[in-house]
Amino acid sequence: MVRILCAAIAATLVASAANAQLKVGATLSLTGPAASLGIPEKNTIDLWPKKIGGIDVTYIVLDDASDTTKAVTNTKKLITEDKVDVIIGSTTTPNAMAMIDVVAEGETPNISLGGSARIVDPANPKTRWVFKVSQHDSLMADAVAVHAKAAGITTMGFIGYNDAYGEGWLVEMKRSAATAGIKMDTIERFSRTDASTTGQVLKLMAANPQAILIVGSGTPAATPHKELVARGYKGRIYQTHGVGNSDFLRVVGKDGNGSFLPAGPMLAYEQLPDSNPIKKVAKDYITQYEAKFGPRTTFGGHAWDSYIVLNKAVPEALKTAKPGTKEFRLALRNALENTKDVAGVHGVFNMSALDHNGLDNRGRAMFMIKDGKWALAGAK
Amino acid sequence: MDFSIAALLTQDGLTNGAIYCLLALALVLVFAVTRVIFIPQGEFVAFTVLTLASFEQNKLPGTVWLLIALAATVLLAEIVAYRKEPGRMLRAMAASALPCVIAAAIVWAVFAMQAGFALQVAATVIAVTSMGPAIYRLAYQPVATAPVLTLLIVSVAVHFVLTGLGLLFFGAEGARTSAFTGSTFALGSMNVSGQSLLVYAFTVGLVVAMALFFKYTLFGKALRATAANRTGARLVGISPNFAGSLSVTLAAAIGALSGLLIGPITTVYYDSGFLIGLKGFVGAIVGGLASYPIAAGGAIFVGLVEAFSSFWASAYKEVIVFTLILPVLLWRSFTTTHHEEE
Repeated sequence: MVRILCAAIAATLVASAANAQLKVGATLSLTGPAASLGIPEKNTIDLWPKKIGGIDVTYIVLDDASDTTKAVTNTKKLITEDKVDVIIGSTTTPNAMAMIDVVAEGETPNISLGGSARIVDPANPKTRWVFKVSQHDSLMADAVAVHAKAAGITTMGFIGYNDAYGEGWLVEMKRSAATAGIKMDTIERFSRTDASTTGQVLKLMAANPQAILIVGSGTPAATPHKELVARGYKGRIYQTHGVGNSDFLRVVGKDGNGSFLPAGPMLAYEQLPDSNPIKKVAKDYITQYEAKFGPRTTFGGHAWDSYIVLNKAVPEALKTAKPGTKEFRLALRNALENTKDVAGVHGVFNMSALDHNGLDNRGRAMFMIKDGKWALAGAK
Repeated sequence: MDFSIAALLTQDGLTNGAIYCLLALALVLVFAVTRVIFIPQGEFVAFTVLTLASFEQNKLPGTVWLLIALAATVLLAEIVAYRKEPGRMLRAMAASALPCVIAAAIVWAVFAMQAGFALQVAATVIAVTSMGPAIYRLAYQPVATAPVLTLLIVSVAVHFVLTGLGLLFFGAEGARTSAFTGSTFALGSMNVSGQSLLVYAFTVGLVVAMALFFKYTLFGKALRATAANRTGARLVGISPNFAGSLSVTLAAAIGALSGLLIGPITTVYYDSGFLIGLKGFVGAIVGGLASYPIAAGGAIFVGLVEAFSSFWASAYKEVIVFTLILPVLLWRSFTTTHHEEE
């Protein structure tokens, strides 16, 4: 009897070792102001496979309501109660920044989806645990400056969100513009909830710069855009990669035609040459996504890129430790840091101890809105 | 700043101010009759725009499900409340749940028939207005005699529930509706858009209609009587529940009309209503939540301040608008004598 019992216990132990599970936690902004970004991210996580690196995966997705405090609470819960091996999120820069301390203390790798470079730069003992798969705003600002300079533009106006996203872009754009010899004098702010941006637009138009950069995310960025067109602005309008969803195209309508934006290549992967490694990955993801959830968004793409880098890192980490242990989380962190030449839907990742983002110029392309659709744009 | 910029800003400020003005009037109306600070007022505006936008995109508006959900909850509430009196139960259901069911059917029919713009607008207004009695029945009627603070907390709860339902039924992204008129008129050196003229005309028309309603109709007089003295009104046979329900329904109708006006001007999200309503509230506060003309003036002033501050200091626009409330509160606390709530 005792022997049978022992055998049973042994069998269970073996079975549980074989059934070692990877736990992926996510805190995303599914409600509140950033919901239009967070929802496609969650949809994308629904597309993640049931097995990564040959072991079963459990997913725990929490909503942080676009709220910094809630993001921190969720992160603590995921680390202490659910004991996850990796945390995805959060959606926005302010939330992602607030999570840094918590994941560092809990020694749990974090793949952030927020936009600002400040989430992982500069590299320090805290950001050691944080990785980021979306393009740095600096990378995108450079793209805008280079593109504008090539078109002979020397003055640029700025109208941006009255929050961390807008401020981050303003700092980066001022730097990029100065390098490219573009003057940025008129700087205006607006907020997502503004019913009217007439005042700001009139001031921009009084200064009459050759180009105007609108920094917003999703459909609110259409408000100043439509106002500029309605007031007869003749210069060039730039948007940012924050507008990379079909809802923006729907709301901005024909007023959007002829404007430019830098974004991840996935936005119009069909137009990439076949030799581009991103094309195949993007096609695979977007086909799955569009079949189930409707039009693609760049935000969902970031969530898919988190899967792509994890998919490479998990098998590496499994060589040293079992999921659910501190050793595994450290091994996973190290493996993520050693991500080399991994093609995602937004670019090719090459991470290092000093660069926890790893995207280069292949991670951005200039797009033009043409007949209400995204089209790859030329060099100027 | 030259004259043309000032004129454009004034036009923009007046247009938004007119919409805030409608909301301020609705807030004053609901507060006077029920003592409820009606925070969910803005939600009606947002739901109107999103419903009409769904029609325009040839999608079945989420409003149908929202109405059915409301109706089902109300039915349940009536069954629990009148389980011993089937006759009263049916009458109560007809008053609170039936409008939602009919409105849901109308919205569905208009969608199925691919009806024209005018019918879409009508169905949208009916749908949003019919939420009024249901919301009053569910949230406010059971606590109608509670202190103002309790009613305020209930309002906050209703606001959050409606915002959450808005996200569920309409999604996170915003929408715009097509303009009623694309024409512009030249007035001296500046262009006035037909849409903003429409906003002014509508607002003036509605204010006049409300004034006539309160002065000459029996329902209007009943509302005024309830506002003046709740117990007295009850003694002469005015049901406070009926008056409350009617005032919230009127507020919903005003919200729906404001939504029609604001939809073509700006992008509206499931949660945009709150901020629009809040600006109306600032206007209503100027009138002490009691005076219609002062509230209307206050709301238009808010619109103008907003337009000019977005030109001079766009980063501080909201701060400037909401700081307006401080001197008003100070002035009111010095000039009015405080008396205890009856």
